[in-house]
Amino acid sequence: MTVGNVFFAIAALICVLGAIGTVASKSPIRSAVSLLINIVGIAALFLLLNAQFLAAIQLIVYAGAVVVLFVFVIMLLGADAADPAAARSPIARAIGGIAFAVVGLSAAHLVSRILTPTVFQQVSEEHGSVKAVGESLFSSEIVPFELTTVLLIVAVVGAIGVARSKHVVKQPKKIESASARMFHGPLMARDAQRPLSKGGQA
Amino acid sequence: MNALGYTVEHYLLLSGALFTIGAIGFLVRRNILVQLMCIELMLNAVNLTLVAYNRVHTGDMNGQVFAFFIIAVAAAEAAVGLAIVLSFYRLKSTVESDEADELRH
Repeated sequence: MTVGNVFFAIAALICVLGAIGTVASKSPIRSAVSLLINIVGIAALFLLLNAQFLAAIQLIVYAGAVVVLFVFVIMLLGADAADPAAARSPIARAIGGIAFAVVGLSAAHLVSRILTPTVFQQVSEEHGSVKAVGESLFSSEIVPFELTTVLLIVAVVGAIGVARSKHVVKQPKKIESASARMFHGPLMARDAQRPLSKGGQA
Repeated sequence: MNALGYTVEHYLLLSGALFTIGAIGFLVRRNILVQLMCIELMLNAVNLTLVAYNRVHTGDMNGQVFAFFIIAVAAAEAAVGLAIVLSFYRLKSTVESDEADELRH
């Protein structure tokens, strides 16, 4: 047992416990905290795989933004937004069980392959650094990288548009009288085009 | 066994387990918020696979760059998904996905 093995075992345990907690918790806020634990475990595994940059991004984006967003929405909707006792029908649970069995069999197949393992080779310090990932992002992957900015802007605008409540049409402020227009003056040129309100005809 | 954790198969096994837990959670739970969290779990599992394979094929950084894009897509998905949940809650006063049956009639 090397230090790396122990580190992997601890991080993997954290990941699995966090994932189970996310799925099994009755209260959504506990699910969110379990998701945070899972994300921290994944970031630790990224460090182990020489992906320092991605580990930092993982913590910043997931732990810093996504989980906080989840917690905000849970707090906004309140704890009684869903019936905690409600569960899926037996059919859905059966489908879930079958999916679990399929992946379990695949996993068993993988374990059998460990007899001839694909061992990680030594790699340079550069692998996974900000420099290496950045060079790749800004040279060969520049088009998808720029498209990501479009995606994020569209997502932000879409989120605002979907989450906003009713669209309120602002009524233009009525101009009281001709003298008010004369002395206070239209603040903008387009206000001069506006008709006077009926009360101001005198 | 080397100093960098186990072999790539161990990472794949862990990733498959995490993905399965997320998929089962998505199927079993009815709370839309928890279902969205399960989607995040599955995306994380996929990211782990990509990074593990990039550690095997060390010639380029494609795996990690792909994982980077997946993280960006996951963040966008969470933002839009939670906005839809808020909108849905205004409509139905609940966050249970079975209540989203407006298109059925």
